[in-house]
Amino acid sequence: MTTFLLRRLALVLPTLFFVSVLVFGLQQLLPGDAALALAGEERDSAVVAFLRQKYHLDDPLPTRYLLWVKGVLAGDLGESIRIKRPVRDLVLEKLPVTAELAALAIVIALSIGLPMGILAAVKNDSAVDYAATMVALWGRSIPNFWLGILLILLFSVEWGLLPASGFVSPAESLSRNLATLIMPAFVLGNAIAAVMMRHTRSAMLEVLSSDYVRTARAKGLSETRVVLHHALRNALVPVITLGALEFGELLSGAVLTEQVFTIPGFGKLIVDAVFNRDYAVVQGVVLCTALAFILLNLFADVAYALVNPRLRG
Amino acid sequence: MTAGIFDTTSTGAGERPWRLALRRLARRRMALVGLAVVVFFIAVAVAAPLLAPYDPLATDWRAVRKPPSPLHLFGTDELGRDVLARLIWGARSSLMAGLVSVSIAVGVSVPLGLVSGYLSGAVDGLLMRMIDAMLAIPFLILAIPLAAFLGPNLTNAMIAIGIAQTPIFTRLTRGQVLAVKHEDYIEAARAVGNSHRRIVLRHILPNVLAPILVQATLAIAAAIIAEAALSFLGLGQQPPAPSWGSMLNSATHFIAQEPWMAVWPGLAIFSLVLSFNLLGDGLRDALDPRGG
Amino acid sequence: MFSRRTLIAVSLVGSMLIAGSAAAQTLRIGLAEDPDVLDPTLSRTFVSGIVRTALCDKLFDIGLELEIVPQLATKWEWTADKQGLVISLRSNVKFHDGEPFDAAAVKYSIERHLTMPGSTRKRDISAISGVEIIDDHTAKLQLSAAFAPLLAQLAGPAGTIISPKAARAAGENFGSHPVCAGPFKFVERVAQDRIVVERFADYWDNDKIKIDRIVYLPIPDSTVRLANLQSGGLDLTQVAATDLDTVRKDPGLKLAAVNGIGYSGISINVANGERSTLPLGRDARVRQALELSIDREALNQVVFNGENQPGNQWVSPTNPYYLKEFPIPARDVAKAKALLAAASAPNPVITMTATNNPVVLQTAQVIQAMAKESGFDIRIQAAEFASALQLAAKGDFEAFLLGWTGRIDPDGNIYNLVTCNSPFNDGHYCNPEVDRELDAARMVDARAERLAHYRIVAEHILKDLPIVYLYHGKWLYAASARLSGFVPYPDGLIRPQGLQMK
Repeated sequence: MTTFLLRRLALVLPTLFFVSVLVFGLQQLLPGDAALALAGEERDSAVVAFLRQKYHLDDPLPTRYLLWVKGVLAGDLGESIRIKRPVRDLVLEKLPVTAELAALAIVIALSIGLPMGILAAVKNDSAVDYAATMVALWGRSIPNFWLGILLILLFSVEWGLLPASGFVSPAESLSRNLATLIMPAFVLGNAIAAVMMRHTRSAMLEVLSSDYVRTARAKGLSETRVVLHHALRNALVPVITLGALEFGELLSGAVLTEQVFTIPGFGKLIVDAVFNRDYAVVQGVVLCTALAFILLNLFADVAYALVNPRLRG
Repeated sequence: MTAGIFDTTSTGAGERPWRLALRRLARRRMALVGLAVVVFFIAVAVAAPLLAPYDPLATDWRAVRKPPSPLHLFGTDELGRDVLARLIWGARSSLMAGLVSVSIAVGVSVPLGLVSGYLSGAVDGLLMRMIDAMLAIPFLILAIPLAAFLGPNLTNAMIAIGIAQTPIFTRLTRGQVLAVKHEDYIEAARAVGNSHRRIVLRHILPNVLAPILVQATLAIAAAIIAEAALSFLGLGQQPPAPSWGSMLNSATHFIAQEPWMAVWPGLAIFSLVLSFNLLGDGLRDALDPRGG
Repeated sequence: MFSRRTLIAVSLVGSMLIAGSAAAQTLRIGLAEDPDVLDPTLSRTFVSGIVRTALCDKLFDIGLELEIVPQLATKWEWTADKQGLVISLRSNVKFHDGEPFDAAAVKYSIERHLTMPGSTRKRDISAISGVEIIDDHTAKLQLSAAFAPLLAQLAGPAGTIISPKAARAAGENFGSHPVCAGPFKFVERVAQDRIVVERFADYWDNDKIKIDRIVYLPIPDSTVRLANLQSGGLDLTQVAATDLDTVRKDPGLKLAAVNGIGYSGISINVANGERSTLPLGRDARVRQALELSIDREALNQVVFNGENQPGNQWVSPTNPYYLKEFPIPARDVAKAKALLAAASAPNPVITMTATNNPVVLQTAQVIQAMAKESGFDIRIQAAEFASALQLAAKGDFEAFLLGWTGRIDPDGNIYNLVTCNSPFNDGHYCNPEVDRELDAARMVDARAERLAHYRIVAEHILKDLPIVYLYHGKWLYAASARLSGFVPYPDGLIRPQGLQMK
């Protein structure tokens, strides 16, 4: 087990290196002069020159890359040129927001995906199977920014039930926090519900035809008990480990959802920073999310291997 | 046997497994519905010049944002253009966004995955780390700077989406290659003296096709949504050319007063994407050796 | 589906949730984007100015007719040679940290605007060569040359006075907690989420302040901003022309509008690099034909529901510096065709660059359609804002559809845009006589004299057309019906004086 873990960990470093090169390249190669973009409408040449000098914008690319990496290894992710705050502070501030949104989204995805998946597996190949597939798939087929706007129009403008946008931290008021997050979490969770449903369905199908379940049935236990108690418990492990991999898709969806609902999380931070050419912010945030994603993958691999010793080889 | 259903040597010529899969597909009504809708939209896109009642670019100052009427069946948009005409022509852009980007992705990743999986060793290791790096960056977060880098228009959006989808296909291809590489018949082919290229193209590639096809269908759905997302940010198809994504984008500003502008492109995207998803889902079940 | 009672009950709970924050007279204002740094010397965005209006007072302010009115300065007088300005300062004014406002603070602030590295205010007041402290409540600004627009500049961000003690202590980080002498003091800021300010008890004009707290909420999507307003999440926000119908139909909202000081137009590359050698850049007749192909009224009607102001000069038709002898030309396709024929360019192909913003692109498309009739083949090239700026600076454009946010003094709307080698003159238009007249207009302050100079400028500019001015935006606001006392100002800044929530 330890060799497996060590080998996996050893792969993380080169991957991270490539991530850093990739994200650095993506940012630095963007057309447009960052100093000019951030100098504002005034375009004062003194300001532009000052920005160029302060943020080393005229140095050759490899130098800038090394400067950046050196900073990262020392814990300094650079500074947002636009609002003059350290990227590290911004990351620590926004991370809990997106994390909470993602967690709620997964809860919603599971509450749609799990029951649908169980139903589809149990009533395999019937009309119920198809209906469950449709329900789970619809979230994947609708552009999330559009769904978001529709929900806002219905729940905020028309019915006045929920705030149209914005975010209240749970420390300030848990009820208002949930009120601001429920719609965006639904939009996000809806999109990955189909995947959860798929995983649940195949995992359940596999377990339901296993010896373990056949024994339970032979023992005379009711079908419900067999499904919910025995089968589901075993099916959950692969579902959850595979679900961890949906993290990447959640972040991808969060980009637009946070924009529409004005949730001050990672997604919004990145989009704004790309358009404002606020290099350090994009690089720092993407590096952090990539690291989180890689570690989650690692966790999923390990958990899966723990369950399935055959994969450790 | 862990090999896919298209194990050419074990079932002889490749014809029978395809027929088996097609029969299984035919039994899945949802997938057929999906296929029918997709074919319908493709037909609409191809026949656009004949079907569209007006020139999708023709503006009419006196008919700005008018509701559906006998003159304009789906109403007009913010510049007085006929929504139905733009919807019909927009089918081309949206379908192209899906098909072209996935073709780029498949065209790049299948060779990469084949090479990587077959050669193993350092080449494979290096390539996989790069692929992992791309996978570690969430899709849209990769696509947005790419599209911004290339410049805002439909072609560049397609390239950006295609590139962003490459890692998934590469991983998939490579996985399939690894699963099949050590099979007896491959060893046998090698022993008989077949060149590496022949082995890869004749014996390994067919096994890769099935999961790639499934993933491609699902990826087309995702690509159409991605184009809409990029348009929402101003990076996809630029006006005046119509695409459902950019129509949705402008329509969201008028949604309270003139909902017809947003409803139709939204419904169009929804039905096309859902259909691709159903089709892909059905294909996956049909081609899965284990499925019902 | 829901019984009426359920709906009402649920709405009540909903509004209680939302109104929970309105306990002590809090005003929630929506912004179109997240402000950048709040330091008045370093800030570069317009929305920063909106927040700073509540936090920081300036030496002067403007009235509704763009006239200069006192704020931190009570009286002012030019010296005989017009190269000195003696300002009397208001007494009994304190900064948020309790420090007194005096001539030393004025000297410190102005010098900071002039000398701090990265200062975006330097060019505005570069005419000031020194600040002299006459006594605690009198300061004298020494100019290197007469400069009539100075007062207008000091009624803008360059006239903001900050607490020297706080600025010296915070250094570069002053922007994260600005300390000034405005009606509100800074409480907190969560990036991209909100900026909170609360009432400053010792403000000199406290009678006019009836709000305890202001929360600024950046919400980039205009549809979502409006939705917030309708559902009670916001009390005041700027809206787009196309949102007006929705606002008018809602009994809980009301509208306020004022003519802005900016303009939108087509900037043409006449001498910057090889893209200026096309017929459009080479021959003024082609540019005149383009102008004559556009029906500005119809453009305003289609894109803005008629809510903006069509215009053909760098100031709007209602501005005191508008030259009435050059009215807006009507559309004349026949004449346009004739001009193109005379210029031997009957079907010019033009690439028009526009930022990828829906309204801008709509405007571009309308122009494209209108100009087609005269024979123009306009291709629209959408560019992202940051890339667009660089393209413009490099001369990599033929025609650029863009806007200028506007300055209080008319000089600010033209000097740096058409004089030879000026910073915003991307098209590199250069006409020495125009430069002479614009320089002269800066040195006199009598309106009639300045108009005489601008008249000559217009004779050249409106014929050479380095910029085809199209329209002037209006500031459109929607507010909750519970908000009273809101007066929109032409500079687009939201002044808290007089605002009250019922």
